[in-house]
Amino acid sequence: MSVGTLGAGLTTPPAPARTERRPRRSRIRYTLTVLAFLLPSAIPLTAFVLAPMVSAAWVSLTKWNLLAPPVFVGLDNYAKLLSDPKTGAIFLHTLYYIVGYLPLVYFGGLALALALNTRLKGRSILRGVYFLPVVTSWIVVALVWRWLLNPSTGVVNTALSWVGIDGPGWWADPAWAMPSIIIASAWKDLGFVMVILLAGLQAIDPELLDAARVDGAGWWRRLFSVVLPLLSPSTFFVVVISLINGFQVFDQVYAMTGGGPGGSTQVVVQQIYDLTFRYGAAGEASALSWLLFAVVLGVTVVQIVGQKRWVTYG
Amino acid sequence: MADTAQMRPAAPGLLGPVVLHVVIIAGAIAMFFPFLWTIVTSLTPGAGLSVTPALVPENPSLEAYWRLFAERPFGRIILNSLGLAIATTLAQLLTSATAAYAFSRLPFRGRGVVFAIYLATMMIPLQVLIVPLFVELKTLGLINTYLGALLPTFASAFGIFLLRQAVNQVPRELDEAATLDGAGHFRIFWQVILPNIRPALATLTVFAFMGSWNSFLWPLVVLRAPELQTLPVALAGLQGQYTTEWDIVMAGSVVSVLPMLALYVFAQKYVVQGVANSGLK
Repeated sequence: MSVGTLGAGLTTPPAPARTERRPRRSRIRYTLTVLAFLLPSAIPLTAFVLAPMVSAAWVSLTKWNLLAPPVFVGLDNYAKLLSDPKTGAIFLHTLYYIVGYLPLVYFGGLALALALNTRLKGRSILRGVYFLPVVTSWIVVALVWRWLLNPSTGVVNTALSWVGIDGPGWWADPAWAMPSIIIASAWKDLGFVMVILLAGLQAIDPELLDAARVDGAGWWRRLFSVVLPLLSPSTFFVVVISLINGFQVFDQVYAMTGGGPGGSTQVVVQQIYDLTFRYGAAGEASALSWLLFAVVLGVTVVQIVGQKRWVTYG
Repeated sequence: MADTAQMRPAAPGLLGPVVLHVVIIAGAIAMFFPFLWTIVTSLTPGAGLSVTPALVPENPSLEAYWRLFAERPFGRIILNSLGLAIATTLAQLLTSATAAYAFSRLPFRGRGVVFAIYLATMMIPLQVLIVPLFVELKTLGLINTYLGALLPTFASAFGIFLLRQAVNQVPRELDEAATLDGAGHFRIFWQVILPNIRPALATLTVFAFMGSWNSFLWPLVVLRAPELQTLPVALAGLQGQYTTEWDIVMAGSVVSVLPMLALYVFAQKYVVQGVANSGLK
């Protein structure tokens, strides 16, 4: 799960190597044992993740409508994508989503985790309620929110009209469609962020907080000087995962707006989907996929490298 | 669950906890509100045709549920989703547990590199793989088959990583004691390791089942035949077809949430614990 501990995972010292000489037969037996434990996962990961990855690279160099045989065109697809102003627009839409969504879901989740880590009555029921949207299908969430935010008959605008506010057009209005998606997304993912941060909070040594209290540190001081620094690995994890997922945002867009109105919510993956299955431009879609992968990988690597500056591993 | 590291509310005395309770409960109601509305609407025949339905339906009826199953192959659709989710969960439990054992207990040359490649597959968005995967499965003749929907999620790097962290925390003394009793790797795996990583297995069960039950893009692409559709795909389809029949759409939504809810309630206490033990702090 954790990209946050990815670095740690890689540098974990291996168990003591078995360098003692063993008879040939027992070595073969050991190799077979290793294979027996490893192949059930290695075969599907190779066949259905790594192999498609490589062939996507090949497809991105061709012109292909999924029906006729692909025609090799070199880097044409990439050149076309990079010179097309639409590419910039879809990445901007995706960034808009991330910039709106991430602070909302992080600070909301943090506040919840802090509140639900106290001796609150009915805590586990409350945690369950906040986690409920996490286990709900995006399609259901999108349907419900599309309906709540219906410009004319929706609950939200009906409630706003009671207090004399003329509600916006939400998903039907190009200016409000992305905020609608952001609100629904934050609502859905709040519980996930809460669970990750709760787990982080519970790993903090209570003696450190007691010591800070004895030293006269108030609640806010303890939050900023003790809790948040010790929570930084969890925060890092949430940020990395949210960014990876944010760049891949699709289900909610597909179900709430389909990229509209007027292309105002056309994000990268929606474009990949449309190129492939609506316009029969698989080569271009693969090139866009690789562009997206490069961006996600770049952003993730920058975060892993940059984590030393602010993440404290206790 | 032990209350370590509590951040008590800022205000001393009674006021703090009271305010906190009010805010948290109001938030929970806001969280639950869309679900409440979903349930109410599913019980209101003809909902959404005119105006916003009342919070208390005038003539509550289960008609929408009946129509959902009578007029559409929803029984079949639920079975499709259920079968796929169970198969995916079992597959991921098996592939993750065995791989986790290898990465934790079976040293071999190049193990670090293999593990790094496994982890890297977490960073590849599924959407990047859609086209080549589609082509690959088409070549294998697996489009419009359950197997085609299952295979790409047969192993999960997320699950392997989660379980490896858990296996690492099982004391090696337990293995050694079993070895002295003459147990081989398979018996240690089965009788020592698995019973000791139950919270992590429960956590993976929830995440794997949830991932499959709610997955949308891949089933949409690979299961094109109407009778093979899964719930999220069918629900998305309902909306386009019957824009105004919100009672039916919402009945379908309620039906799709129930199994996940049951699974979560069943496994709830393990989920936070499982994440807490995964090495994330």
